Amino acid sequence: MSAPETYTGNRGLQMEEPLIFEADSPGLCGVDFPDADITSDRLGGVKREGDIGLPGMAEPQVVRHYLRLSQKNYSIDAGFYPLGSCTMKHNPRLNEKLARLPGFAGLHPLQPETTTQGALELIDATAHWLSVLTGLPGVAMSPAAGAHGEFAGLMTIRAALEDRGDARKRVLVPESAHGTNPASAHACGYAVESIPANDRGRVDLDAFRAALDTDVAALMLTNPNTCGLFEDEIIEIAEAVHEAGAFFYCDGANFNAIVGRVRPGDLGIDCMHINLHKTFSTPHGGGGPGSGPVVLSEALTPYAPVPYVVRDGNRFRLIEDEGASDAKPFGRIKGFHGQFGVFVRALAYMMSLGADGLKQVAEDAVLNANYLMASLEDVLSAPFAGPCMHEVLFDDRFLADSGVSTLDFAKAMIDEGFHPMTMYFPLVVHGALLMEPTETESKAALDSFIGTVRSLAEKAKAGDAELFHEAPHLTPRRRLDETAAARKPVLRWLPPED
Amino acid sequence: MRYLPLSADDRGQMLAAIGVDSVDDLYRDVPAGGRLTSPIELPGHTGEIEVERALTSMAARNTPAGGAPSFLGGGIYRHFVPAAVDHLIQRGEFLTAYTPYQPEVSQGTLQYLFEFQTQVALLTGCDVANASMYDGATACAEAVIMAGRITKRKKAVVSGALHPHYAAVTATSTEFLGLELVTPNPDLTGEEDLSAMIGGDTACVVVQNPDFFGRVRDLTALADACHAQGALLVVVVTEIVALGLIKSPGEMGADIVAGEGQSLGNALNFGGPTVGLMATRQKFVRQLPGRLVGQTTDVDGQRGFVLTLSTREQHIRRDKATSNICTNSGLCALAFTIHLTMLGEVGLRKMAALNHAGAMRLAERLAGMAGVEVLNESFFNEFTVRLSKPASGVVDALAEKGVFAGVPVSRLLPDAEQLLLVAVTELNSDDDMDRLVNELEEALR
Ligand SMILES: Cc1ncc(COP(=O)(O)O)c(C=O)c1O
Repeated sequence: MSAPETYTGNRGLQMEEPLIFEADSPGLCGVDFPDADITSDRLGGVKREGDIGLPGMAEPQVVRHYLRLSQKNYSIDAGFYPLGSCTMKHNPRLNEKLARLPGFAGLHPLQPETTTQGALELIDATAHWLSVLTGLPGVAMSPAAGAHGEFAGLMTIRAALEDRGDARKRVLVPESAHGTNPASAHACGYAVESIPANDRGRVDLDAFRAALDTDVAALMLTNPNTCGLFEDEIIEIAEAVHEAGAFFYCDGANFNAIVGRVRPGDLGIDCMHINLHKTFSTPHGGGGPGSGPVVLSEALTPYAPVPYVVRDGNRFRLIEDEGASDAKPFGRIKGFHGQFGVFVRALAYMMSLGADGLKQVAEDAVLNANYLMASLEDVLSAPFAGPCMHEVLFDDRFLADSGVSTLDFAKAMIDEGFHPMTMYFPLVVHGALLMEPTETESKAALDSFIGTVRSLAEKAKAGDAELFHEAPHLTPRRRLDETAAARKPVLRWLPPED
Repeated sequence: MRYLPLSADDRGQMLAAIGVDSVDDLYRDVPAGGRLTSPIELPGHTGEIEVERALTSMAARNTPAGGAPSFLGGGIYRHFVPAAVDHLIQRGEFLTAYTPYQPEVSQGTLQYLFEFQTQVALLTGCDVANASMYDGATACAEAVIMAGRITKRKKAVVSGALHPHYAAVTATSTEFLGLELVTPNPDLTGEEDLSAMIGGDTACVVVQNPDFFGRVRDLTALADACHAQGALLVVVVTEIVALGLIKSPGEMGADIVAGEGQSLGNALNFGGPTVGLMATRQKFVRQLPGRLVGQTTDVDGQRGFVLTLSTREQHIRRDKATSNICTNSGLCALAFTIHLTMLGEVGLRKMAALNHAGAMRLAERLAGMAGVEVLNESFFNEFTVRLSKPASGVVDALAEKGVFAGVPVSRLLPDAEQLLLVAVTELNSDDDMDRLVNELEEALR
């Protein structure tokens, strides 16, 4: 028997929730303030006249609104979130607690340096961990996310090149790269040249060598790459890059696979951003905030952006002024001093796991991904042979002639209580399904996921296409019309016309 | 180790299923030169008790402005944040979700972002807003780049009273994009005439309101001057609470508004993370950077929300994207929107009025002091004073006494030795002001 229609539209615990603007009770307020009578003002003659149009609600209604909204989200707290390239691992709550200590959260960025010594020490300690883990001596802490780190890294490279009178024009980016890579290169004024992948899912060395010349500023390589594979010719690649006088930039979004086991500096990498919101467990928060520190070789370190922390005996100093020392910072990329609140969480995480624990993190992440690969490759289709690193890539050949697309397959995962894998990325295989389990999933969780994928793959092959086209069936909203959303964009609420 | 759920037994079974002897075999693609031969020189794993102790002692080596009489501003403001905000943003369903790529399981995030975009549009007086940027400074830089794209012109006139970090970030971010920035000297006097600098090649004028020195201005004439030359007006707002009391940039003719939203919902956090705001006219929406949430319907005809207009973005457009931004400030935007919903129309106006009333009281008291000159005619909750001594020394002396007197302008503009920025919010009591006045009297004696 299917569930009955309800009067409210609610379905048991699944509540319909209007927009705050539709729940407006004009005059209500969820905060009690003392009265402020301003009979005169010093607002330069630009006092606001009309209403802003913000809705009024009391605290209980506000709490209920957001609680109900929260219940319409999937989250890593609630279940397996194998979103490839995103490293959806458990977010320890100790880190949240520590980031909220008044001695951290209550610090103003422009307080006198003598009153923020603990915070500068924390930045320095976080940078130290990142430097040792990557084997690269310099760390720029201010980038706000991975893409911002890419920008910072390439700007550092550009400054170093220009300082030696060697302005170059191009950046080489493999076609499997994340979209932020070419976008960041463009933001630094570089032309982007795409390098194809070979049939083993790695950079095509011949094509790479053919594109490499003395006009190339940098190669931007993701390693492990977005196919979940270690670039096994990376030493040769690094040598070629350096021979051409260029720099080797690594997108470190996938550092989780190798942390504690491989130091990027040992591979010949000059510069790499690290997503603290991936490898180092800080929460994604539904889309941010992140933090994207960049580790740098000795040659690049002097060009790192301001601000940075230096240790002076047992005192820490924050260098904010570009002319303050003989370093040659390329500029400033963010207000104040970086994502400090994210550093607190990342440092607490690194200290909790330690060198040994972080190595175990990488190994378990890789083990989990290979276990998925071994358990699924007979029913799905893997474009490249393993072993994989921390994520495993499948393409859509297993769906050939089934009438089911990668998208349909992913949507069917939702009805089974899983967040879908990353779809249609990387672009180098057709209908990509990229699964990243992370080390924080148990074997039981993986087995349940494997069982689900196998059963769905069998249903698809058995011709049950309808089930997939209609999926998901059980979510608060079913498939949404994205084409209509883009054709006539409605990006805000407007009062109904009467 | 407490975050790792695989048992030794599990690992053994899984290796057997994969068909390898040890996890080392899974790393066989790592070339020999890249394999670590000795352990990494960092401490080993540590229990929760010890980690908490270590970080708590680091925190104790700070004297947070949050717990003292503090008049610090300069782009980051301490405001009262209701307890419900931090409780709600720590719901695991919000905190531990990714960017809402799968709308059917992300309606919570998508709906609050749609509400956030609407609130930001209302506050700024613009048609539309995006789903957040990293911070105010990067939003400002993106606004200039966007204006260059829209006008296909290469010059930006940047006010000398723009927050120096915003000016620096804009300069760095536009350096290799063929945009030229022209800036008059730091605008200490309030006399700069930006209109006179606009020409037929000007993409935009960037002006902050209230400006870095706290002055509030009617920008209508400047907007008209921009539009007469086909240039855009970019207005920067670093204290978003001001918009509860002053006319919105949109009402004054702004084409793009770049703002910092930290004041609502977000702690000081030593300056990050915060939340960048970006709003514009409907006709420029396809030139916006960053994510946008739009309304649509599902296959059953029910209203729902999705990420939209993504052909502007890096994952589709790669090097032709409007920006490289991917991860933004989602959770900080959530804190912002919850706080603003708690406040509503009445609350925001009251809060803004309390800020302004407090600032007026303090400005009056300081104006009557020897060795202190209040420079502002107009202000919202922050103003600039000239002291008879270098401000940084005075600030350090007062910090020793547990009072944060404000931001010495010289920290951001080295030449302005004697200027001090003083901010007052609803969290400053009359006792705080007494302390400040007494200690200042002593320090300036
Ligand atoms: C491989 C890769 N590179 C870069 C990025 C960009 O990082 P962020 O979103 O933090 O800017 C991501 C994640 O989104 C990624 O997966």
